[in-house]
Amino acid sequence: MTLLNDRPTDLAGTGSRLVVEETESFRVHRDSMVSPAILSEEHAKIFDHNWLYVGHESEIAQPGDYVRRRVGGRPLFMVRGVKSGDVNVFHNSCTHRGAVVCRQDQGNAKVFQCFYHAWTFDSEGKLAGVPDREAYGGTLDWERLGLKSVARVESYRGFVFCCFDPDVVGLVEYLAGAKDYLDLIIDAAPADMEIVRGTNHYGMDANWKLLVENSIDGYHAVSTHDTYFKYLVALGTDLSVGVKGTAHDLGNGHAVLEYEAPWGRPVAKWEPLFGDDAKPSIDGLRAGLVERFGEERAHRMADLNRNMLIYPNLVVNDIMALTVRTFMPTAPGHMEITAWEMAPREEQPDVRQRRLDSFLTFLGPGGFATPDDIEALESCQQGFTSGGVEWNDISRGMAREPQANDEAQMRAFWRRWRHDMDQP
Amino acid sequence: MSAPAEVRRPTRAEVEDLLFEEAELLDAWDLDTWLTLYTEDAHYVIPATDAPDGDPTTDLVLVDDDRLRMRLRVDRLNSRKAHREYPHSACRHLVTNVRVGEPVDGEIPVRASFIVWRSRNGKESTWVGGYTYRLVAVAGELRIRSKRVELDMSSLRPANDVAIIL
Ligand code: FES
Ligand SMILES: [Fe+2]
Repeated sequence: MTLLNDRPTDLAGTGSRLVVEETESFRVHRDSMVSPAILSEEHAKIFDHNWLYVGHESEIAQPGDYVRRRVGGRPLFMVRGVKSGDVNVFHNSCTHRGAVVCRQDQGNAKVFQCFYHAWTFDSEGKLAGVPDREAYGGTLDWERLGLKSVARVESYRGFVFCCFDPDVVGLVEYLAGAKDYLDLIIDAAPADMEIVRGTNHYGMDANWKLLVENSIDGYHAVSTHDTYFKYLVALGTDLSVGVKGTAHDLGNGHAVLEYEAPWGRPVAKWEPLFGDDAKPSIDGLRAGLVERFGEERAHRMADLNRNMLIYPNLVVNDIMALTVRTFMPTAPGHMEITAWEMAPREEQPDVRQRRLDSFLTFLGPGGFATPDDIEALESCQQGFTSGGVEWNDISRGMAREPQANDEAQMRAFWRRWRHDMDQP
Repeated sequence: MSAPAEVRRPTRAEVEDLLFEEAELLDAWDLDTWLTLYTEDAHYVIPATDAPDGDPTTDLVLVDDDRLRMRLRVDRLNSRKAHREYPHSACRHLVTNVRVGEPVDGEIPVRASFIVWRSRNGKESTWVGGYTYRLVAVAGELRIRSKRVELDMSSLRPANDVAIIL
């Protein structure tokens, strides 16, 4: 891609040096969490070659709607073409001499004018205006000077992904087993899904892979989130159901936990914290699911929670609310996190209110649980600097059928990470 | 609720006394006393950084506490299991630019600017923004019925969280 192709060629095998799997033992070397050299290898081998989440189609519902995003560490923007109605994802850089073309986080525009010398591009990326065009003579190829689309852009059921590698497999093939889980989550909505207005933009002073692990870690719930469980108890929830379920390797580094938990689910699982008034409405939602999907699938949709990782850095957690979360490292010990709430479109106001409320109790940087996750991951990062201990242990559950509080789902991620990082 | 017509507009000094007391209690981590400054039907809201006009009934916000959840938030922060804030950080709430409006329907609207500093575990965090309060007189004392915290920050980075009460 770059003209100065000066990457050393002896980078093969990094993954296998850092991820070591033996019978009943799975270890990850802590260099993977602290080394700047590993981070730049991750950019080249992981973020430049895998499908990365850009945003949701509902965020750009109308022609000309756009959102600005950093994806894989690069400034991009996603815009719905005014003529085509297509979802376009462009590198956010003027083809003239580089300035950022889309300079607002979101909005609606027919054209994007670069403020530096006023080149103008339309929503399909075409170069539509150049001041003093006559200065260029007659043979310059203006077509070639349109905005540069990201090499590959595809969406699956509203989730828009892009990939900087033109040779990547198609998105559906890439999603592998994660596709069925996305279907299950999206089908549970009576209408299409949408992203709720209001975003959690926050950060952690921790390696990005610690949030991969944490997002699909059932083992830490009881110890780290004691105050959240106390909150549930204060509102009348019976904790005896506990956190029970299974973990699944979904292929290509994706993984999911599926489990029962004591909290309520706005989809269709009533708990006392929603209030007695909400019971008939939630029972109605549940009956609707049974009617549409039968008892067994409806039970999974309504009662079971899912924490799903889509490799490398997208998390879709269908828990006490539905959250979509992506994160990117800015340094070995720091990441930027963006999280949204997803909900069925045109939801009844009382149902939406319950859903928003349920999100906030646990999730988000002001919730009753997320701040303690931040503390836990930052604490690990600080612990790594102590030295002396070289390896993290991720062996839990290797000797049994993986349960939701085991670490099989993390091993699925690390095996794919090892594979990608073994490339030359 | 007091009869709307009879509410006197308090002086800025009277309002500042209340806001400064609140700041002092938060800085001292005396959260149980802090709660007593609020009415039984109080609300405490922090909208998202990218939607400062956010409405908690339709938009995702950072914090949307009614009085019950304020109580439970205080219980959480008082416990040794609120890991992000145990041990407690050193905090300093600075409240300034206080403006007192004309009473409307028995409530006194107040705006103020704030900076909150947090220092913990070798890290400094800062939150900057504006407070919007609605105050009421309860048995002759000013109490807070609503506090809305709008952050002048394009994201929560680098503060990373709102684990403390702003
Ligand atoms: S850099 Fe955009 S017009 Fe010159
Ligand atoms: Fe957690």
